[in-house]
Amino acid sequence: MVTGAEVRARAAAAAVVDPEMPMLTLADLGVIRDVDVVADAVTVTITPTYSGCPAIDAMRDDLRVTLAEAGFAQVQVRTVLSPPWSTDWISDEGRRKLTEHGIAAPGRAGPRAAGPVPLTLTAPSAAVRCPRCGAPTTEEISRFGPTACTALRRCPACREPFEHMKEI
Amino acid sequence: MNTHSHTEEQDATNAYQSLAETVGHDDPRWAFGSGVEDVQAEITSPVPDGVDAGELAQYCLMLGDDALICSHRLSEWVSNAPELEEDVALANIALDLLGQARVLLARAGHVEGGQRDEDALAYLRTEAEFHNVALAELGDGLDFARAIARLLLFSTWRLALLQRLLGSRDPVLAAVAGKGVKEVAYHRDHAARWTVRLGDGTPESHRRMQAALEGVWPYVGELFRTSDVERSLAASGVAVDPADVRDEVDAVLDEVLAAATLTRPQRPAIGTIGGRGGRQGLHTEQLGHVLAEMQSLARQHPGATW
Repeated sequence: MVTGAEVRARAAAAAVVDPEMPMLTLADLGVIRDVDVVADAVTVTITPTYSGCPAIDAMRDDLRVTLAEAGFAQVQVRTVLSPPWSTDWISDEGRRKLTEHGIAAPGRAGPRAAGPVPLTLTAPSAAVRCPRCGAPTTEEISRFGPTACTALRRCPACREPFEHMKEI
Repeated sequence: MNTHSHTEEQDATNAYQSLAETVGHDDPRWAFGSGVEDVQAEITSPVPDGVDAGELAQYCLMLGDDALICSHRLSEWVSNAPELEEDVALANIALDLLGQARVLLARAGHVEGGQRDEDALAYLRTEAEFHNVALAELGDGLDFARAIARLLLFSTWRLALLQRLLGSRDPVLAAVAGKGVKEVAYHRDHAARWTVRLGDGTPESHRRMQAALEGVWPYVGELFRTSDVERSLAASGVAVDPADVRDEVDAVLDEVLAAATLTRPQRPAIGTIGGRGGRQGLHTEQLGHVLAEMQSLARQHPGATW
């Protein structure tokens, strides 16, 4: 049974924003695994996007503050690695907000095939739509962007550079 | 003009103050980490049945030290890469490896008895207590081709190991592998594409990429040498016997070298000392240089908080 306190805790945790991409809430990003309430104590379980994602510390702090403000006397934030986060967990609402803010949303990563990971020497796919002008094909400048989860691209139509959240 | 900059300075100070207030740390942090052990739920999982805790701790240090030391070498490129995008790329790769290292070191510390956390293991061990392979510690003299050659070998090998560790009986190794496979696949593709671009580029870039491969090749043999700890843990379904990934790594390297019009170097492997190498704590002189830089702050200011 979901109690009123649980609903309140879930809503408060879900509304915390990502420190590096503040247009997304943690719920949009798909990193909240569990919210568990016992009396006035709450435990939130989150998962990092990348192993070394520096934003995880800020997320933890923001969750603590937000849940304390929501009236929970004890707040614990746990981190779990497994199962590994995937961009497929970003909500439709999250994808819409990314595009709205000039960041191309990731395509579908899909489940990992069994066996050795195939090497990719071919040029990266051009099929990423420009979030600014809507041109259907764009080019990759660098696989690694200003945050761990984005790549840098540019649009040959409107000539603007933009970030693309890469599939993982 | 002065008034303007003064105001800006004040704004900046206020911004930092309000940031500090918002975050509201109730506990001071050690300056060198944020204590992944308290929060990473899986790290405290019990040692799998029938597995020796000492061996598991040492195996976690092997894979963790590989990532930590290689990460440090990559981070030396920040502000030195041939273009800004490459600074960012190498820093991102270093950050992924650092994240993997933190979990593995924290797991090692927990399994060995909880006396040392990830920071103590990273900053307070001496050379002989590190278990990384020599390839990870090799300096590149800020020669970009050498950095790429090292990353190509390292990431191809590590990806093959991690892919097999997905089924490890140790939940932490399996979890690190689950995230690491996705990350290191990007690292390997990045190194492979640069290898092709340089190898199949100008005569000068081809010459330098080939020379870089010749320089790192003697350190390839160690990657597939099985230590006693790895042999024992592989038998109990926890570790990977590195000898088992040799064919796969060779096949990937052959594919990259062919596309890059480069030749597989014919270089003898560096020798061991009585069969011992990095896995047993015997290192090249280069690890000392890495540790001197990486550990100096933590050793000069023990327990510093901010």
